Amino acid sequence: MIEIRNLHANVDGKPILKGIDLTIGPGEVHAIMGPNGSGKSTLSYVLAGREGYEVTDGSVTFNGKDLLAMEPEERAAEGVFLAFQYPVEIPGVSNTTFLKSALNAIRKYRGEKELDAMQFLKLIREKTKKLGMTDEMLKRAVNVGFSGGEKKRNEVLQMAVLAPKFCVLDETDSGLDIDALKVCADGVNALRGPDRSMLVITHYQRLLEYIVPDYVHVLAFGKIQRSGGKELALELEKKGYAEFGVNEAA
Amino acid sequence: MTATAVQPYIDLFGRLESGMPGGRLPWLAERRRAGLERFRDTGFPSVKAEAWKYTNLRPLESLSFDLAAPSPPTVGIDRLPTVMPAGESAYRLVFVDGAPRPDLGLTSGLPVGVVLMSLGEALEKEPALLEEYLGRVAPVEDGKPLAALNTAFLADGAVLRLPKGVVLDKPVELLFLATGADRPLVWHPRLLIVAETLSEATIVEHHVGLGGGTYFANSVTEVVARGGARLRHYKLQREGAGAFHVATVAARLERDVDYSSFVLAMGAKLARHEACVTLDGPGINAHVSAGYLVRDSQHCDITTVIDHAQPHGSSRQVCKGVLDDTARAVFQGKIVVRPGAQKTDGYQINRALLLSEKAEVDTKPELEIYADDVKCSHGATAGELDDDALFYLRARGIDRDTARGLLIGAFLGEALEEVGVEVVRNAFAAQVEGWLAAREAKL
Repeated sequence: MIEIRNLHANVDGKPILKGIDLTIGPGEVHAIMGPNGSGKSTLSYVLAGREGYEVTDGSVTFNGKDLLAMEPEERAAEGVFLAFQYPVEIPGVSNTTFLKSALNAIRKYRGEKELDAMQFLKLIREKTKKLGMTDEMLKRAVNVGFSGGEKKRNEVLQMAVLAPKFCVLDETDSGLDIDALKVCADGVNALRGPDRSMLVITHYQRLLEYIVPDYVHVLAFGKIQRSGGKELALELEKKGYAEFGVNEAA
Repeated sequence: MTATAVQPYIDLFGRLESGMPGGRLPWLAERRRAGLERFRDTGFPSVKAEAWKYTNLRPLESLSFDLAAPSPPTVGIDRLPTVMPAGESAYRLVFVDGAPRPDLGLTSGLPVGVVLMSLGEALEKEPALLEEYLGRVAPVEDGKPLAALNTAFLADGAVLRLPKGVVLDKPVELLFLATGADRPLVWHPRLLIVAETLSEATIVEHHVGLGGGTYFANSVTEVVARGGARLRHYKLQREGAGAFHVATVAARLERDVDYSSFVLAMGAKLARHEACVTLDGPGINAHVSAGYLVRDSQHCDITTVIDHAQPHGSSRQVCKGVLDDTARAVFQGKIVVRPGAQKTDGYQINRALLLSEKAEVDTKPELEIYADDVKCSHGATAGELDDDALFYLRARGIDRDTARGLLIGAFLGEALEEVGVEVVRNAFAAQVEGWLAAREAKL
């Protein structure tokens, strides 16, 4: 599904990613854990194609295509989805308009027929209900006045509507209480399937109790330091990142 | 100011005065002459005048305009560019190059006592009404040179009077078409709106240029609203690319009036909309908002003066604009709170979105507060599109240009929220969409 080879990236001229290798197969859920500043968010932005994140070496191949050569919107249309750590507020654009524009842009790219207002409403009603979201949240401007939990649920809703092939969840647990975390995790788990891969980025092991990964990787100093099964997360929870030369007091 | 710029107007006045409509009314001749004298003394305002600091009328001064013919051009108009959508009924007055075209208007079925007619007709039928108000809300003594010029050439325009308690069932649409004739023309429309106690109406002005020729539309609108009246006063300005559009609005509001105005300015080479609203009674609610979209080398000036003269008044101003290319915009917003105007609540926000590095916006908020128990706030921002928002939209599959369009539309959409009448708000939103589509097509 996705192959990351020797990925190097700079932010503001400073090297952050220093040779990442990672292969994620169809249906697999991989978790990346790491301390602050290890490059977790940089990796997610590089995959989504944010400007200002300069790839200096390496490659990312997505379903046989060169992901790094694509614009952010092409990546989304190809099936890459980044759930933002800090979802952006967009005053004046209703959640419904936003979701409909996004879905139809992606359908158009894939050569599928765009949904009309009625078809779209039917689809979205069903998805929002599952996430315990109200119609009122759809009418409101994107993320404006949303609580932390509502913003993250909104990310999961977008994921459900756009049905991507590869999801990057950038610290989806940050700022959530346990109830909100469970709602989001349930939403994500409902989207797991043999054709959908996920990369779950987190600082805390707790999220991985609810979204149980197939593989866990430790990212520190811009490189994957160790990989293992889900038990690696528990080990990290106990021992911290000291083994990788990280001073966690920082 | 140069004497040479003023002289052609004085000469024109000398030639035309005796033939102007309403010549038998001595008060009118007097007010016209007072207007001319005031204009002769002040001349065109220069950028040295504080109120005109950012809007330079030199390009206007250097042109010579003919007064548009008093008899309307007989050009055929297949489809009137109305703001109200087809099928939405409205009362309507239509003007072509400043002259009324009763054949295109719709005034049948008006409630008893409502006056809605051209000013020329009102000079014949309602001279007492005009004598009472014309030049009284916007007196030449205010020292506004272009309003004085309008008064000097006061000949036609529109009059609306709502008797006590009358609630108009349909909006009044005032349509000003400019044909963009082959020679530069000037007209000075005068609008008078008198809303008696507890009357209600929605008024929609549409100023639209049908060609790219040079012309000068110099309007003055006087509004008087009596106790508890409710007026919705909207304006869409889509003058032609060669137009100079200068509009001066003076509104005097009495107790408990609810006055809500919004201008959407998109057209003209140089446009200025100046609204002076006086809250001359307690408990008044005044909204004076605007939106603008300018590109190429357009210049758009929105100037407001909100004068809180009495206590318990609230005013709200939201001005948002989008500038592209080398366009320039000006927002000058003054809030005055007179001694004794306690419990005033004034709010003013001005935001500009710059799509080009060469576009420029000048903002001058002014608060003059002489009372001690008031709440007044103002804010101004000028900036580019938010990169975070743009990336967020693109990361969901929306292409760059569409994402930019969505964000620009959303930015102005917030200002359009101030338009309380849905059908008008939708018509304005469609104009914004059209502007964005034209911009995208050009990219």
